Amino acid sequence: MIGQAISRVDGPFKVTGQATYAHEHWEAGQPLYGFILGATIGRGRITLIDASRAEHSPGVRKVMTYRNAPAQGAPDESIPSLYWRAQPVLTNPEIRHYGEPVALVVAGTFEQARAAASLIDIEYAVEPGNYDFATRQDQSYVPKVVNGRMEAETSVGDFDSGFNSAAVKVDQRYTTPYQFSHPMEPNACLAVPRGDDLILYVSAQIVDSARASVANTLRIDPERILVVTPYVGGGFGSKLGIHSETILAALAARQLNEPVKVVLTRQQIFHLMGLRPTTSQRVRLGAGKDGRLVAIAHEVNMYTSPHEEYAEQTAATTRALYAAPNRWTSHRLTPLDLPRGEDVRAPGEAPGLLAVESAMDELAYALAMDPIELRIRNEPKVHPETGIPFSDRRLVECMREGARRFGWDQRPAQPASLRKGRWLVGYGMAAAIRMHFQGPAKARVRMCPDGTAVVQSDMTDIGGGTYTILAQVAAERLGLPIDRVRVEIGRSDFPVSWGSGGSWGAANSSTAVYRACEALREKLLASARDKSEALSEIVARNHPEGLEAEGEIVSMEKDPNYRAYSLNTYGAHFAEVGVDVDTAEIRLRRMLGVFAAGRFLNPKTARSQLIGGMTFGVSYALHEQAVVDTRSGAFVNRDLAEYLVPVHADIPELDAVLLDGFDDKANVLGVKGIGELGVCGSAAAVTNAVFNATGVRVRDFPITLEKVLPGLPLMEA
Amino acid sequence: MRPFIYERATDARAAIAAMSTAGAKFISGGTNLLDLMKLEIEQPTHLVDISRLAFKDIEELPDGGLRIGAQASNSDTAADRRVRTRYPLLSQALVAGASGQLRNKASVGGNLLQRTRCPYFYDTASACNKRNPGSGCSAIGGLNRSHAILGGSDACIATHPSDMAVAMTVLDAQIELLGANQAARRVAIADFYRLPGDTPHIETVLGPNEMITGVVLPPPPPGRQVYRKVRDRASYAFALVSVAAIVATDGGTITSARVGFGGVAPKPWRSVEAEAALMGRPATMATYRDAAEAAMTHAIGRGQNDFKIELAKRTLCRTLAQVAQVG
Ligand SMILES: Cc1cc2nc3c(=O)[nH]c(=O)nc-3n(C[C@H](O)[C@H](O)[C@H](O)COP(=O)(O)OP(=O)(O)OC[C@H]3O[C@@H](n4cnc5c(N)ncnc54)[C@H](O)[C@@H]3O)c2cc1C
Ligand code: SF4
Repeated sequence: MIGQAISRVDGPFKVTGQATYAHEHWEAGQPLYGFILGATIGRGRITLIDASRAEHSPGVRKVMTYRNAPAQGAPDESIPSLYWRAQPVLTNPEIRHYGEPVALVVAGTFEQARAAASLIDIEYAVEPGNYDFATRQDQSYVPKVVNGRMEAETSVGDFDSGFNSAAVKVDQRYTTPYQFSHPMEPNACLAVPRGDDLILYVSAQIVDSARASVANTLRIDPERILVVTPYVGGGFGSKLGIHSETILAALAARQLNEPVKVVLTRQQIFHLMGLRPTTSQRVRLGAGKDGRLVAIAHEVNMYTSPHEEYAEQTAATTRALYAAPNRWTSHRLTPLDLPRGEDVRAPGEAPGLLAVESAMDELAYALAMDPIELRIRNEPKVHPETGIPFSDRRLVECMREGARRFGWDQRPAQPASLRKGRWLVGYGMAAAIRMHFQGPAKARVRMCPDGTAVVQSDMTDIGGGTYTILAQVAAERLGLPIDRVRVEIGRSDFPVSWGSGGSWGAANSSTAVYRACEALREKLLASARDKSEALSEIVARNHPEGLEAEGEIVSMEKDPNYRAYSLNTYGAHFAEVGVDVDTAEIRLRRMLGVFAAGRFLNPKTARSQLIGGMTFGVSYALHEQAVVDTRSGAFVNRDLAEYLVPVHADIPELDAVLLDGFDDKANVLGVKGIGELGVCGSAAAVTNAVFNATGVRVRDFPITLEKVLPGLPLMEA
Repeated sequence: MRPFIYERATDARAAIAAMSTAGAKFISGGTNLLDLMKLEIEQPTHLVDISRLAFKDIEELPDGGLRIGAQASNSDTAADRRVRTRYPLLSQALVAGASGQLRNKASVGGNLLQRTRCPYFYDTASACNKRNPGSGCSAIGGLNRSHAILGGSDACIATHPSDMAVAMTVLDAQIELLGANQAARRVAIADFYRLPGDTPHIETVLGPNEMITGVVLPPPPPGRQVYRKVRDRASYAFALVSVAAIVATDGGTITSARVGFGGVAPKPWRSVEAEAALMGRPATMATYRDAAEAAMTHAIGRGQNDFKIELAKRTLCRTLAQVAQVG
């Protein structure tokens, strides 16, 4: 059962519209609708706010501004993750970024609320803000730690002298843009008051952080809050924590003592969600003529909010990727007056591997060496910084298998040498690596006398397939057909987990379920007639009320394997692109990824994660960027007509191959995370293919056609 | 979105009469107007739905041309056999636009009148002379990668986003209008759109109560037709640059040429300069280059859109080479 390509058990609910998302719950009856009004300046303060016209607008029940919003808790920096902290909204007249909420209008319909919001009269005292990353980098500082509580700077050997003595050098700067997670389901909350208690139907990746954050903000006991999130229409990091939509819905619901629903519009997501910081990365590689690296440096400068620091671990994978005796990684943060940074799928790896794997391609070109051969020559035997062994490192195998399947030997050795009709065609590859994280998670499994089992955890299914894999694990361990297992997740009254995010959800929760099943088996087998007796029969005979047990997995800090081993997942991406020889339009022709991530619980759902991740990479290389107007601090291209992501026609042929295995250092099931692995390095493979096709090396992402056009040959007849 | 009255017109006369109500506006497919209403850029208080009026047909004209009803959908127009065989570039332009779902809803009349995609036009907090006359133009000095290189003014550099209208421009289409008291008139598409000048909010010569009832296509000019759209992704994106070209050759010499550009100007852009540079000249890359230079003589980049000048030249050259190839 585990390891089988089973179709999603929740699929029929989704395609028949029975799966209820946050804004679709009607148990509490007709709700009121809240609309958030955002500031139209980037920095300054409100000098006048007059809501009287809005308050008298049809259907309006409440207008909340900083003048009448309830007092709220302040963010407590001693809480390690910002997603668990308080997120006060409308507490003062200061404006810290464009689009920051200045009012919530609650009305009988969404349209009434939105129309009334435009009747609020506001005057601002505008202060000059800093919005331009390019000109502010000299204001940067080194943070104490980066995401995942990793070190901001690391150094081994003597980078400068190693680099200076190298026979072949690459020294380049790569810049990556701001990006937003844009889940299909926008961020949303329906808050239902029940006396002093509160039910929150919220679109969340982590139930526990949603509950803690609301409790800390509203200063109420978390036990009074029930979070319900059975289905989540994608998150990509933007729902690791809740935001103003949930806080404001909760505040308004309690004040009005009626259900209040707040759903963000697509445009609002560009200012009310966290963003992936823009970066400028300098990568230096020094190698001998044989391709062996003697020095690696990866220096990252990125944006941060001055109020809530966020540092992507952009250089972190560089620490484990290639061997070299002299090494240096560093992160610096440049404060600007923009919405805060937050995790966006593959935080750190997405921009970091794009830079480093581009640089490796540049080095291979400088050496006139095959890019795969270059990487194999620099394959480390142990972790190159800490010296601890890797568990289950299969990067070389991924590259070799990918090369064989893709037909890498057909790659044009010389850039700009292969023409197919009007297309310049090129091949590119890049390596993928991602640290495997582990977080605490609990699950409960109950066997009922009717021969069914129920799995419960506050784990979420954000579209990845949690329902299916947990059913598979329980069915196998309890000896039941899968349709006899019911998985109940996404409620704060179930055993607590770290939810979905960081690619840890599947490994954490399936391990917890496995352990719960083992505990249950043990309890049951004690009263078995003989060893071959089915568990369901023992339950039916001895436990007319049913029987349950819990299982858990501890955090990586408490797991000794995380000190003894470097646990990562691996992959290799291969891309073939065509570049129109006249117009520089870049189109993917085909793409292949080969991945090794321990055991795959379900190859079907796993493949979907990986091809989705690879598509993110194509988007990162060619399309996606949120553009700030440096005069106002606003994100200008704030809809999906202007913030481009690939459409079907952009992704013609794309496949992921899974090299199944078992990482016995990861957990009892041998499973590692794959939710972000497909993103890691995939943009670099596309970028390197563009270079191979055209001879033009673009280091400022995304690669839009005007960056390639000047390098194309003159028009010929 | 503000509350509004919705009225379904039963015939053209009633529809036009209803437009004398203050705040009235026609709605056809609604694919553009409803988006603008949600964002409060357009705030009509009275919508007159003309999508069910009897202007859906595509009819033969005695001179060999076609008359396309204003309510014909973009999909039906693109799929019409007569359009595909006689005006292939119109069909190509239509299917290069939007998505299948949108084209099913979108009407020919609405397509002609769709508003710009300038992001500042969409943001009521930004200065924008087109949305709020006299407030300034945020695109100048701001994000202007998609903006005009031809025909713009210091008041506005927005582009007209339609693909269909570019094809119709090189086909010398006539737009049929109906006003109050059954007053019908025809305007050549070249005269239908106005350049922004100091009044970018006035985009066409359409009168306040006038309705587009149809588009008349004269018989196709001699030569091959091609519509080429250059965009940031393979589908579902507006043109960075597009070229509509119709070229006839005789023994290697160009005997007739029509050239239009999309994505580069506030209106579908007919390039008489390029056409003049092609007429009577040999069908060679040297000629196409001259035509491209002539077309872009007055082009002005605003920074981020500078690349469009070179892109337009290259796209024109390649499209001409393609059109003139098989005589
Ligand atoms: C996501 C997206 C992508 C798109 N991509 C493209 C693209 O790539 N290329 C492209 O060319 N277009 C594109 N479009 C635009 C699309 O072509 C237009 O929205 C559509 O053609 C408008 O037609 P409609 O009938 O829906 O107009 P409506 O929205 O109903 O009306 C538009 C305007 O025209 C007026 N109007 C409509 N009919 C008449 C009439 N008969 N007489 C007088 N006034 C009238 C209305 O009052 C309104 O002001 C895209 C649109 C969207 C939403
Ligand atoms: S280009 Fe035109 S539409 Fe855009 S901001 Fe300027 S005036 Fe407005």
